[in-house]
Amino acid sequence: MIRTLLLGTCLCLPYAALADEIWVTNEMDDTVSVIDAGTLEVVTTYATGERPRGITFSRDFSVVYICASDSDAVQVMDPNTGEILHDLPSGEDPEQFVIAPDDRLLYIANEDDAITTVVDTQTRRVVAQIDVGVEPEGMGISPDGLLQVTTSETTNMAHWIDTQTHEIVANSLVDSRPRHAEFSPDGADLWVSSEIGGTVTVFDVQTKAEKGKIRFALPNVRPEKLQPVGMRFSPDETKVFVALGPANHIAVVDAQTFEVLDYILVGRRVWHMELSPDNSKLFTTNGVSGDVTVIDMNSLKPIKTVKVGRFPWGASARPTNQ
Amino acid sequence: MIRSFLAASCLVAASSTQAIAVDIRIDWLEHRQIPPPILSNLQPDPLTLGIDGARLGLADISTTGKFTGHSYHIVTSVVAPEDDFIAAARQAVNNGAQLLIVDAPTDDLLALADMVAGRDVVIFNVSDSDDALRDAQCRSNVLHTTPSRRMRADALAQFLLWRRWDDLVMVAGTSPDDIAWADAMRAALHKFGLQIAAEKIWSFDANMRRAATAEVPLFTQALPDHDLMLVADEAGDFARYLAYNTWLARPLAGSEGLQPVAWSDVVEQHGAAQLQNRFREATGRAMRADDFGAWAAVAALGEAVTRTGSADPAELRAYMLSDAFRLAGFLGTPLSFRDWNGQLRQPIPLVTERAVTALAPIEGFLHQFNELDTLGADRPESQCTSFKEPT
Repeated sequence: MIRTLLLGTCLCLPYAALADEIWVTNEMDDTVSVIDAGTLEVVTTYATGERPRGITFSRDFSVVYICASDSDAVQVMDPNTGEILHDLPSGEDPEQFVIAPDDRLLYIANEDDAITTVVDTQTRRVVAQIDVGVEPEGMGISPDGLLQVTTSETTNMAHWIDTQTHEIVANSLVDSRPRHAEFSPDGADLWVSSEIGGTVTVFDVQTKAEKGKIRFALPNVRPEKLQPVGMRFSPDETKVFVALGPANHIAVVDAQTFEVLDYILVGRRVWHMELSPDNSKLFTTNGVSGDVTVIDMNSLKPIKTVKVGRFPWGASARPTNQ
Repeated sequence: MIRSFLAASCLVAASSTQAIAVDIRIDWLEHRQIPPPILSNLQPDPLTLGIDGARLGLADISTTGKFTGHSYHIVTSVVAPEDDFIAAARQAVNNGAQLLIVDAPTDDLLALADMVAGRDVVIFNVSDSDDALRDAQCRSNVLHTTPSRRMRADALAQFLLWRRWDDLVMVAGTSPDDIAWADAMRAALHKFGLQIAAEKIWSFDANMRRAATAEVPLFTQALPDHDLMLVADEAGDFARYLAYNTWLARPLAGSEGLQPVAWSDVVEQHGAAQLQNRFREATGRAMRADDFGAWAAVAALGEAVTRTGSADPAELRAYMLSDAFRLAGFLGTPLSFRDWNGQLRQPIPLVTERAVTALAPIEGFLHQFNELDTLGADRPESQCTSFKEPT
């Protein structure tokens, strides 16, 4: 009775996470699981629209945006209550998105329509729609907010979009089925993962020229199973973690030499990753096994598996007291 | 001629990223067939089976082409059952057709391949699963994007072995397609060390819609006990009436029940849902195996044009047969062409009406080069020699 009362009280506190949290979308359960980054337990599960995939907090952590792909909506949720505040006009089948550094514009990949939709989260209006290749998915934005990159899975390109004019300024061909685009924190490099090509291509942002290509190899794993998808820079920017999908491993890549340093075993069909706000742990969403692997950032060893919903896909962190 | 030139010019103006536009002509050559009579006609094949897949592929690669300076168009030649397919094909080739997507019977395909031998023409077989076409009767100018019967049969045999369902019986029809499919299943079972305990031939000509409940239990009563009944009925004539009417309560596989197919509307993993959605939106119907074969041919062409920057058939063929070629085919693993017979390597979904039960190659079936080569005739056993000669 007291516990219930306490819990109720806590839930009513405005804008306060009790602990660092990792939010994970469950693609086939239409829910989001909230994991306590300290205890590594699921503390609550909220209902979302259909087929939630991309998830990101606003940069001030006041709301969380969720791509409810099959509901054709980007939902805006109050992270303290799980209440859906409103939907943003997202275009059809939003899969993934990225929020601009100014915390205002949201760039959304409309997978079925070959369009990148730019939405103003304050006015809730579509600012621009940009024709890109077939099945846009990977969404990256430069740290200065001047360049947005959309990758298209079936056209096999990274489309470089000028955020001032909302026009494509360059198209870079990459290997088959690019799934994710990630700018280095210093803005100098762009990393693009190609799922079916089995490679990661690194571009020099200034010249848009290819400066490196990373391939993967694991004993006893067929080369065609090494399918890079999600990517994440380490907090010190020296390493990049690359999720290898059905190879069930995370590759650890040197951000300067592009050498693969290590492979970490995780759950089945790993999609995306998120760091805990204190940078001590990395969380991976494992689609087929329906769980999240927690990796200790000091030892680079998996320390726990957390059961979530069916087909976890996206992940985003919220720090304590936000 | 003037029209295509104009279309190309428009694309130059529209495309800000590339200065030069190249227009690529793809030809769809189809010889319509009169379907064999079957007991139930409620679910006829759509007339646009196959070409709808090619058109979706065209839309996909045209979007890509906007960014690379390539435009594509499809010229269609659909020949009535009674008309001369080869005459129509000759006319298309004389008019400049070089990239031919063909939906026609085996004899037409072979005659076409021989007619254009030595010319700069590449043919895609998108619907004929005949094994000889990939083997002793192979032609170096024909690539196959639809799986052979043996590939599909091997997929089923792997599944049966994995489930340890090794007590098997078979009921086969008498049409040439039924006999070929039954042969393929026997060969696949033999390859994986399985055998069929007993077989029956379906030669009834009664209308089973009225009599199935009475006839089928008796027809299957004499068969020895089994784990599963294989059925060879490629036209969909009688097998549907076997389900739930057999003497023993056993599942079916082959042409009914669990079916190894190139594609089905229940395939949804690995991004397939997107392809299914695009297809359904464009056509208002579900995507089938023949649609997928045609889509894959156009997608492979687009991929080769994008990567090589060339529209020359010989160069495209060489790239498609090279190790560098990898096609994203929504089946979880890259698709590529076997350089010894031109067959597209592809996983085979084992499907029921409502779900993908398994995706072959089944885990554990290993291969020294590529696990997809556990499906169908492998390089060492291939009798195809024309791919070894320079073309």
